[in-house]
Amino acid sequence: MSTDKVILLDFWVSPFSLRPKIALAEKSVEFEIKEEADLLGNKSDLLLQSNPIYGKVPVLIHKGKPICESTIIVSYIDETWPTPALLPPCAYGKSTARFWADYIDKKLFDAGSKIWMAKGEEAIKVAKKEFIEILKVLEGVLGEKDYCSGESFGFLDIITISLASWFYAFEQYGDFKIEDECPKFSAWMKRCFQRESVAKFVPEPTKVYEFVGMLRKMYGIE
Amino acid sequence: MEEVKLFGHWPSPFSYKVIWALKLKGIEYEYVHEDLWNKSALFLQYNPVHKKIPVLVHGGKPISESIVILEYIEETWPESHPLLPKNPYERSVARFWAKFADEKCIDNKVFFSVGEEELQKNVEESKKLLKIVEEQGLGETKFFGGNEVGLADLAFGAISHWLGVIEEIMGVKVLQSHTFPRLFAWAENFKQDPIIKGNLPHRDEMLVYLKYLREKVLAEQRPSLS
Repeated sequence: MSTDKVILLDFWVSPFSLRPKIALAEKSVEFEIKEEADLLGNKSDLLLQSNPIYGKVPVLIHKGKPICESTIIVSYIDETWPTPALLPPCAYGKSTARFWADYIDKKLFDAGSKIWMAKGEEAIKVAKKEFIEILKVLEGVLGEKDYCSGESFGFLDIITISLASWFYAFEQYGDFKIEDECPKFSAWMKRCFQRESVAKFVPEPTKVYEFVGMLRKMYGIE
Repeated sequence: MEEVKLFGHWPSPFSYKVIWALKLKGIEYEYVHEDLWNKSALFLQYNPVHKKIPVLVHGGKPISESIVILEYIEETWPESHPLLPKNPYERSVARFWAKFADEKCIDNKVFFSVGEEELQKNVEESKKLLKIVEEQGLGETKFFGGNEVGLADLAFGAISHWLGVIEEIMGVKVLQSHTFPRLFAWAENFKQDPIIKGNLPHRDEMLVYLKYLREKVLAEQRPSLS
């Protein structure tokens, strides 16, 4: 496979796989999705060969070469197809976007996952509090801007909105609404979900919620 | 050129990554030693989110997180001693390994072990991680991805010098030449680079300091070198 073909190894519900899909759509790059039929049980040979260290999706395969780790893939996409640019033009703007992408990668999804993995009201309450605190920090980053880094949808929006595809499930299991707790962040989410590149690929929130329900059964939480 | 300041802490390998990048590129900077047990108000203003070193301040603007700082340095001063290749695929490979080094923090696992069982478990886990780097990260080139020190080399810097001191303090062997010949050779090459060689903490001084930190770990004070 040494053509210019772009292939994405994917799992439909993965919030991390959503990142390169949105980035490629923003760049109007055609790509083929190869869906993992049974990511949790039986990973494909192609996935294990392309990502031998982690065996995880997403993996972007371009000109026969695999690129792993969703944030690194988005950077690769931005550098390979430079227009429209996803990162801000100046070095400082880029470093700010990367700093917050790192923060989000280290904290946001795990904090949200703690909500649906929690057993008992007290544990849910603690997990919910931590998650909302992180959203409030991100609200501060957003400020009065329409998007994370300014007037245009870009790198940091992609990194964050992808994880937001699971937020409905977090809200259901935590019995709260982000709209009530963080209205600015909620408005930003709505703005991004309406964007064509996001709307095209984001999974149905109720389906994500059902998937999380299945995970809970698998882990013996319910 | 606008003023460059680095807030760091001796002998933190996170600080040194940034020192190496600045020195490799020949960038003049002012070093500010931050007392990790009594952080200054100015420092906390510059990194209110994580409150950790290193922080680079360029023209009054702060940048935090060592890999983010290295990318900033590369963007801002791209001409002298590039830390990343031009090819996007090779850049993604360098970033992959830099992230691996940063996340796994192989030397830390061993250092913060409490009790013999935990220590042995962490030694085994560290060896598994080193095996991945040995077999998949390092090819036939002198450094990660080529013959010049780059982003991934700086990210793995702690293994070249700090790990040996930690092995001595903890009485274990993790990185041995017969088990990890490529990594061992890489570590020697890294330390022989003239810039790196001239900017390494003195081993004996590090031994004293890390022994002191180790006592804090055992007293359950869980210090952090950032």
